[in-house]
Amino acid sequence: MLEIKNLHAEINGKEILRGLDLTVKPGEVHAIMGPNGAGKSTLSSVLTGNPAFTVTEGSVTFYGKDLLALSPEDRSREGIFMSFQYPVEIPGVSMVNFMRTAVNEHRKYKGLEPLSASEFLKMMRQKKELVELDNKLANRSVNEGFSGGEKKRNEIFQMAMLEPRLSILDETDSGLDIDALRIVAHGVNRLKSADNASIVITHYQRLLDYIVPDFVHVLYKGRIVKTGPKELALELEERGYDWIKKEFGE
Amino acid sequence: MNEKQYIDLYREYQELIERNSAVCLNRGRADAAAWLERHGLPTRRHEDYLYCPLMKELERDYGVNVARVKFPVNPHDVFKCNVPGIHANVYFIVNDQFYANTHPGLGGGAVFCSMKTAEERFPEIVGRYVGKLTDGKEDAFVAMNRMLAQDGYFLYVPKGVKVELPVQVVNIMRSDVDYMATAHNLIVVEDGAEVTMLVCDHTIDRVSFFSNRMTEAYVGRGAQLHYYTMESSHDSMNNLNQLYVKQAGDSGFTMCTVGLHNGKTRNYTEVHLDESGAETTLGGMLISDGVQHSENQTLILHNAPHCTSNELFKYILDGESEGVFAGRTVVKEGAQKTVAQQTNRNICLTREAHMWAKPQLEIYADDVKCGHGATTGQLDEQAMFYMRTRGIGEAEARMLLLLAFTADVVDLVGFEALRERIRTLVEKRLRGEAAHCEGCRTVR
Repeated sequence: MLEIKNLHAEINGKEILRGLDLTVKPGEVHAIMGPNGAGKSTLSSVLTGNPAFTVTEGSVTFYGKDLLALSPEDRSREGIFMSFQYPVEIPGVSMVNFMRTAVNEHRKYKGLEPLSASEFLKMMRQKKELVELDNKLANRSVNEGFSGGEKKRNEIFQMAMLEPRLSILDETDSGLDIDALRIVAHGVNRLKSADNASIVITHYQRLLDYIVPDFVHVLYKGRIVKTGPKELALELEERGYDWIKKEFGE
Repeated sequence: MNEKQYIDLYREYQELIERNSAVCLNRGRADAAAWLERHGLPTRRHEDYLYCPLMKELERDYGVNVARVKFPVNPHDVFKCNVPGIHANVYFIVNDQFYANTHPGLGGGAVFCSMKTAEERFPEIVGRYVGKLTDGKEDAFVAMNRMLAQDGYFLYVPKGVKVELPVQVVNIMRSDVDYMATAHNLIVVEDGAEVTMLVCDHTIDRVSFFSNRMTEAYVGRGAQLHYYTMESSHDSMNNLNQLYVKQAGDSGFTMCTVGLHNGKTRNYTEVHLDESGAETTLGGMLISDGVQHSENQTLILHNAPHCTSNELFKYILDGESEGVFAGRTVVKEGAQKTVAQQTNRNICLTREAHMWAKPQLEIYADDVKCGHGATTGQLDEQAMFYMRTRGIGEAEARMLLLLAFTADVVDLVGFEALRERIRTLVEKRLRGEAAHCEGCRTVR
């Protein structure tokens, strides 16, 4: 579904991604690990179309479409979802209004009629249970005053609502206690199917105890330098990143 | 020298003006004319008029209806403002003339009528209040108003009476030639009484208008006055509103002014908190584009201890429009335990839009809680991106953010039906649709 070839990207003139290649097929879970500054978050930003980053070389196709030519909203409507490392607070915009607008914009893109208020609320009720999202949170402004764990749960809730084909979890485990981690991972696993795929970006291995990857990639200096089975994550946990740095550093 | 033609007009028609006026407005005309002649209009060097474009607009030769000839118009035909869910007592004012209407009235002895009628029916009340807040004001537009105003509305709510339905005042500007309207209004809400007002400003003819309305409001002990205004007028409207409020102990005053569309508007609001326990809330939501000018000048005087004031003004400026907010709060010596908060937030949607903000706090007491903040910026880029990654298009994301921005001002409006209506109108306005009530033929 996703084909990344020789991707180079920069921010403020500084090159972060330097020839990244990655192929993701339906049903797969890919973990991307790496030391700080390797380019993990840049990858998710580039895939979702963050205007702060400029792609200087390479290509990304999603089901054959040139992803880089699409606006952030069209990428979402095509089925790409990113769970933010730092979800943004939007005071004054209610979760209900935000989600209804998003769901209906997706439906419009697919040529479907907007959901009625009651259909929408029913859908919301069902998906909320999946991530044990408190009713009170759903009635508040987007992420406003949410705790770190609530924000991450809210991200997975949005993922459940939008039913993406490819979800990118950007450091979803950062700042989570073990209970919140379990709930978030449970939600992600429940949403998993043979038709969708996930890219799990993480610095630590512990999330991968809950979301088991098919492949583990090591990102270093803007490129994937090593790919292995899930056991590679354990090795990284044990040995740290120094051996990677030694092996692939200049 | 733009004032000269109006001074000449006053002197030439003095007798006619006075004969056709509410008598109580005649006193002080000559003094006002003399003051204006001596001082002239302010220039843009004058601190309070630094960005005000209205002086220049007086170059135009506006017609003034000194003989009080009734304009041939049936306001019910041109204006069918049915705010759904609002059963209001609607009163029409065409230019500066009061139109009689047929509904039964406000109940409980509360009265809404013209000043001319009021001074015959309630000479004692009118005499006690009229001009007390405005006489002797050293201001050119006050002087012009005092020189030319012949009538206005009078709202009186007797002691302890709570007027159930809102009083809706619809100002309609209607003329075949450029026209100036001048009015002096008086609101008296006696001790323990309560009333809600909605004042709408509209234009129906494509000529230039200049409107100078001066309103005095007296809010008695424990009384409540809720005063909401909504402007939806066209580009050639020059709208000057001067509101002077005097509050007694434990009284409440809430103002919320919503500017949906206008030409050049200046609202001056002055509140005197004269006795302990008085609370005042001033709010404003101004949406401008093109070359519109939206200005709010406020002065809150904490003259007594234990009073609270809260100000919240927000502007959304598009195109080459210009916003001005100058808020001055003065806490007098001895006004201990004052709580005063002033907030001004503005969004400029283009590089050409301008906002001028001047928050001022003057504190002469030492045991007070006062704060102010003013910010001007663009829409939150991070929030925009976040929404777009959820599939919400740029235009829609912008709309959600702008509506969110307006929400807390609209929430100041104390009754649900009007709040909902304003929300809808603001959304329509931001979406670029005509923002006026259904069935209403007023033009923009």
